[in-house]
Amino acid sequence: MATTATFRIRRGDAQGGRFVDYTTEVAEGMVVLDAVHRIQAEKAPDLAVRWNCKAGKCGSCSAEVNGLPKLMCMSRLSDLPLDKPVVLEPMKAFPLVKDLVTDVSWNFAVKKAIKPFKPRPPDAPDGTWRMAQSDVDRVQEFRKCIECFLCQDVCHVLRDHRLYDGFIGPRFLVHVAALEMHPLDVEDRLPALRDAHGIGYCNITKCCTKVCPEGITITDNAIIPLKERVVDRFYDPVRKLFRMIGAG
Amino acid sequence: MADYETHRHDVLVIGAGGAGLRAAIEASASGVSVGLVCKSLLGKAHTVMAEGGIAAALANVDDRDDWRVHFADTMRGGQYVNNWRMAELHAKEAPARVRELEAWGAVFDRTPDGRILQRNFGGHRYPRLAHVGDRTGLEMIRTLQDRGVHQGIDVHMECTVTRLLVDDGRVVGAFGFDRPRGRFKVFEARAVVLATGGIGRAYKITSNSWEYTGDGHALAYAAGADLMDMEFVQFHPTGMIWPPSVQGILVTESVRGEGGILTNKDGRRFMFADIPEAYKGQTADNEEEGWRYTQGDKAARRPPELLTRDHVSRCIVREIKEGRGSPHGGVYLDISWIKKRLPNAEEHIKRKLPSMYHQFKQLADIDITREPMEVGPTTHYVMGGVRVDAETQMSTVPGLFAAGECAAGINGANRLGGNSLSDLLVFGRRAGEHAARFARESGPGRIDPARLDAAAQHAVEPFARRDGHADGPYRVQHDLQEMMQDLVGIVRNEGEMRQALEGLQGLWERSRRVPVDGNREYNPGWHTALDLPNLLTASEAVTRSALERKESRGAHFREDFPDKDPASAKFNVVVRRGADGAMRVERVPIPEMPPELRQVIEEMK
Repeated sequence: MATTATFRIRRGDAQGGRFVDYTTEVAEGMVVLDAVHRIQAEKAPDLAVRWNCKAGKCGSCSAEVNGLPKLMCMSRLSDLPLDKPVVLEPMKAFPLVKDLVTDVSWNFAVKKAIKPFKPRPPDAPDGTWRMAQSDVDRVQEFRKCIECFLCQDVCHVLRDHRLYDGFIGPRFLVHVAALEMHPLDVEDRLPALRDAHGIGYCNITKCCTKVCPEGITITDNAIIPLKERVVDRFYDPVRKLFRMIGAG
Repeated sequence: MADYETHRHDVLVIGAGGAGLRAAIEASASGVSVGLVCKSLLGKAHTVMAEGGIAAALANVDDRDDWRVHFADTMRGGQYVNNWRMAELHAKEAPARVRELEAWGAVFDRTPDGRILQRNFGGHRYPRLAHVGDRTGLEMIRTLQDRGVHQGIDVHMECTVTRLLVDDGRVVGAFGFDRPRGRFKVFEARAVVLATGGIGRAYKITSNSWEYTGDGHALAYAAGADLMDMEFVQFHPTGMIWPPSVQGILVTESVRGEGGILTNKDGRRFMFADIPEAYKGQTADNEEEGWRYTQGDKAARRPPELLTRDHVSRCIVREIKEGRGSPHGGVYLDISWIKKRLPNAEEHIKRKLPSMYHQFKQLADIDITREPMEVGPTTHYVMGGVRVDAETQMSTVPGLFAAGECAAGINGANRLGGNSLSDLLVFGRRAGEHAARFARESGPGRIDPARLDAAAQHAVEPFARRDGHADGPYRVQHDLQEMMQDLVGIVRNEGEMRQALEGLQGLWERSRRVPVDGNREYNPGWHTALDLPNLLTASEAVTRSALERKESRGAHFREDFPDKDPASAKFNVVVRRGADGAMRVERVPIPEMPPELRQVIEEMK
């Protein structure tokens, strides 16, 4: 089924840019990233795009496809209306580098500021630990994250309110959850969650959960339990009372 | 001389997959300053794609396993042209490297008694692969990445290295540019570790991403280092073949480890028909026994689907060639059949192979719990690479180290699944340790400013090309991939490879004329133009080495020499750059194996 489709791609850098229409041949089974590669090879060799695995495992090719944050390698053309141009734009929550590529370095800086994994002493004399599968299932969900940053892109605290200095975003709340709920971890990140990490800014609109290509239940399984822990520690009136009388 | 942004590190690591990260962590832990350069963002390297697991004789699932069995399996898989010392170190050290990952936060699947679970894989006698579902590589790279950044490693993301800087025969740094802005960068270092991965982009059907253009191979070669075993390119038996846009994407061997079977269009399980002599004793001869093996029956032998990758790939090619293939030119890989054996098969498959389920559902509209997949061989891994010292991972050029896929030795003629992730950890660590030691014991090098200017000139030269008729970089790359696939692929012969050598010459010439549009800011056309010489060097090394090995062994199969030649088991093929710039090929004798290792192999036969 050799047919054509038009892709309206945002070209340009932080100084300015415009949408350019590219019409290219499309075939059965193609994904958006295939079309971008075809355009690159045939019409626009300097079209900037990040990609690696092409199988939804590395989280490089994040962009906005018809306005929705997606991995281009997992966006089938057969799921899109091809009678009108497919609009491709870079993620909006991060500074633009060029075309479909944004500067996501803020995310790497954020992770560096989160206290790393700290295990309890080993359980066995040979230096190993024992954990039940049922106890690791929960963190394994969080550790599926491929760091595509689509959740960061869609989070209004970052995208609209630009609170990069006070809020780490859903990706890193998931990361903190993976550490806090790790059966071996003994570090305490609750004060930081309340203060520097700004968990209070999240008002659980669940936009992040909806766009996660790995299907991580970000809000319900990661953020809400962390919020509960923070509340239990710092805002529970009974605990507060205990603390006041020096017994807590 | 122009003014270049200059970074000084004791150790510079090029490549941030498993081997590069592990090397950087080790060097940094020993107290030296470390810079880590990668072409992509951190955490996106191909290690992230590794699905099956990390091979290590932990003996958590079968207590008959130990380093000796793992060593013998690795040597048998590599058809005995491996560097036996590396195979020994690898088997002995892998368990500690896996436990270390757990101490750094990795969360592996568990046994019922709470230890690290291990699964079956091709060529491994016992269940040996520590894993996390089918996303082990992601777990590994994330664990190493998080460990590394908290240890104070300086990471230079999205940065391409175009030259190694050499002073008086010693590597003292590297020259490159940052990809987003195209600004040049000079890295001064007392030791450099190459961990750049493979050369898969030299082939049309490949599981490798754009990054795997043989950069480390070509950088080392240009600096005067030896490359070894380049004739051995692994074609993984199971890549996706339909729809065309997903062609080559990997389908993990764990599908077969969990009981998946290979069938042809007649529904016949063809792998039973051809079991190599060396594996007869440990391979099941009936379906019932094979199934019991995948379900953990220690008395059963493994099914023939779990023979080594080279062999399974050839059997698949034979089925297709002889007209018994699937509609899109592959064969069937079926895991859905286990519902006949397991009550909760659908759930079981989704839990054990979640990303395969996801991948087929989303990219091919196939529900693997209900129907078979169509698969065929895909270029996956190069056993060959920089020739290194087994203990230190130093190349034949002082100050230059290599680890992981871009280094040669551990895998011989064929790599066993799961031995890559363990290789990255074991030899990444060794490379880091010894590069740090070398850096401490060496003074700073002298960097010739004229060389930097020449490197800068060379990098921007493609923008000055004005040949209106010349093909663009993507076209030339595509033609190279087609040629290597057709002429130096799974089945080879003298005539076709001679033809490939001629073809390479033409491609070299075309590569020097490719024009580049636009400017230096994030320009994939420019990047692809600069990748071409690396791909061509790697392709030439593969072709010349493959011509030199006049036998069939492991991944290297020649229809004009279809048998193994005992005399050819005694050497490795090495290529290096001659004084005139032409590629020299040499046979280098394999050192005699010590009697105690020889005895291990005898006992495990």
